[in-house]
Amino acid sequence: MTDTTEVQEEAQVDEAREALLEAITAELGDALVDSHLQPGQDLWIRVSSDSFGDTADYLRERQRFRFFDYLSAIDWLPSPFGRSLDANVDNILNPSDAAEPVAMEQGVAGGETRFQIIARVYSLTTHLGLHVKADVPDDTMTVGTWTGVYPGAEWHERETHEMFGINFAQHPGLRPLYLPGAFEGHPLRKDFPLLARLVKPWPGIVDVEPMPTQDNPEDAA
Amino acid sequence: MTAISDRRQMAYVAAQAADARVNVELEAEGMTLNIGPQHPATHGTLRIVARLDGEQVIEAEPIMGYMHRGYEKLTEVRTYPQVTTLVNRIDWLGSFCNEVPFILAAEQLMEIEAPPRAQHIRTILFELGRIAHVSLFLGDLGVQLGAVTPVFYAFRDREHVLNQIEAATGGRFHPNFDRIGGVKDDLPAGWIAETRQVLQKLREFCDLIDGLLFGNEIFEARTRGIGVIPADVGLSYGLSGANIRASGVDWDLRRDAPNGLVYDKVDWKVWTHPDGDAYARSWVRLQEVRESCDIVEQLLDTMPPGPIMAKVPRIIKVPEGEAYVATENPLGEMGYYIVSKGGLEPFRVKIRSASFNNMSITPWLLQGAYVPDVITILASLYFILGDIDR
Repeated sequence: MTDTTEVQEEAQVDEAREALLEAITAELGDALVDSHLQPGQDLWIRVSSDSFGDTADYLRERQRFRFFDYLSAIDWLPSPFGRSLDANVDNILNPSDAAEPVAMEQGVAGGETRFQIIARVYSLTTHLGLHVKADVPDDTMTVGTWTGVYPGAEWHERETHEMFGINFAQHPGLRPLYLPGAFEGHPLRKDFPLLARLVKPWPGIVDVEPMPTQDNPEDAA
Repeated sequence: MTAISDRRQMAYVAAQAADARVNVELEAEGMTLNIGPQHPATHGTLRIVARLDGEQVIEAEPIMGYMHRGYEKLTEVRTYPQVTTLVNRIDWLGSFCNEVPFILAAEQLMEIEAPPRAQHIRTILFELGRIAHVSLFLGDLGVQLGAVTPVFYAFRDREHVLNQIEAATGGRFHPNFDRIGGVKDDLPAGWIAETRQVLQKLREFCDLIDGLLFGNEIFEARTRGIGVIPADVGLSYGLSGANIRASGVDWDLRRDAPNGLVYDKVDWKVWTHPDGDAYARSWVRLQEVRESCDIVEQLLDTMPPGPIMAKVPRIIKVPEGEAYVATENPLGEMGYYIVSKGGLEPFRVKIRSASFNNMSITPWLLQGAYVPDVITILASLYFILGDIDR
């Protein structure tokens, strides 16, 4: 009995998201590049870089997404420092075994550039959230701003600007938000070294070694 | 003789008055008032530079970053279980509440569900965290307005809640208790009965504050109509939690998106207030503490038996994917956007903290406010600096 109701509920949510996606697909036209629907969980759309700024207006005025949630970016470059705890190489401990360049692989709803904007809006009538992604052109590093529609985006865009070096056209003042004025570099980029790790390497691999008795029968002997 | 000296004196007074007027204009024009970085109203180190015209603020700019710890960068070199230690320190007053959305997001990616008893314990601790957090606000609010007494009651009674959190988790402020797939330990013996007594004390504390502050004429005069946020403005700035509910928006993630927490098994209501001013924001918070006491009470009654951990691999690798989970934290919506590449540590974590958005409205909100009201407005927005400088 409980199982059937759960299935029904899940199906309902899916319907709502699918209907939303259909409406957006129909109305955005070419501006919509890709989308991804995770049934019962979330919906992503990817819009073209040029139309990112106008998407905010469309979402707020036509789709009634009145709540601005957040805006940030993702750097898809695999870390050049090989810091991954399960990586075979660690460029900090052994600078000689330079990691083989790993192909860049963008996440859900695809992507073509190294940097991607990720933003989220929420509708209070349907209680659905929507993730909006947009590629950031590698040469200009500029996308449109959302501040005209959602004034709350101002600080988020300032943070994204200083952390990733992404520019927002027509933003009222892209001053640094957290970092001191003379700071050089963009800390959340993958090729920005985490200085604490450079100074003192982290014995992370030791931390997650399997316990000798259970996972490695040879050690137990 | 007297006529001349009278005339002289009048001329002198007039000249003095003209001088004074010039001086006042010179000083008031673009006078800059620096609030902080070490002001008790800032709950951390926040600096606000306000340009004044007489007693009115014409422009205010918050300056942050004094406490930025770079958690988004640090999470990229930590395993998933290690991240909870970090995120405990984001909003340090409601520390357990910080862990929950991160763990829920990781569980969503791994497609694990915590057993019912673990979900219950999580929800109880989540609400106890809210009670401890917001009851301190209620006392602190008085201090910002010049009433010193309530804060002593707040510290006294918050301690009871912190003791319960400590008894269950081992940590007063940084429990680090939530695990992927469940919680670290079961509740100690006798904990449920003790918590019931504590809830009774907290209800009495709410009544006390209700009488001390909300029934106080001076408090009303200082907060009614101050810092009014219309619902639409608040939403476009991303205000959440009690701040937006005080503007008449009936929205609570506990009710509208209870992913992984058991609020749907409890009978409770979402409090709103139509006014949107400092009084409304404080009043909504007071009602929420009372409501939280009821929620915890009901959860203690319906505690299910069973395990507290689901079956999870010893070495936690999260499958490739992206997930965003947000919960209704004491300060508002807090969420984590996790990008996983299938490794031991997240590829990217975006921390959506409530105070960052709640604070971003201050340049708009402080415009035209009078200097004595600045602190009232800041106090009523209720932010924690660690939650802004993540």
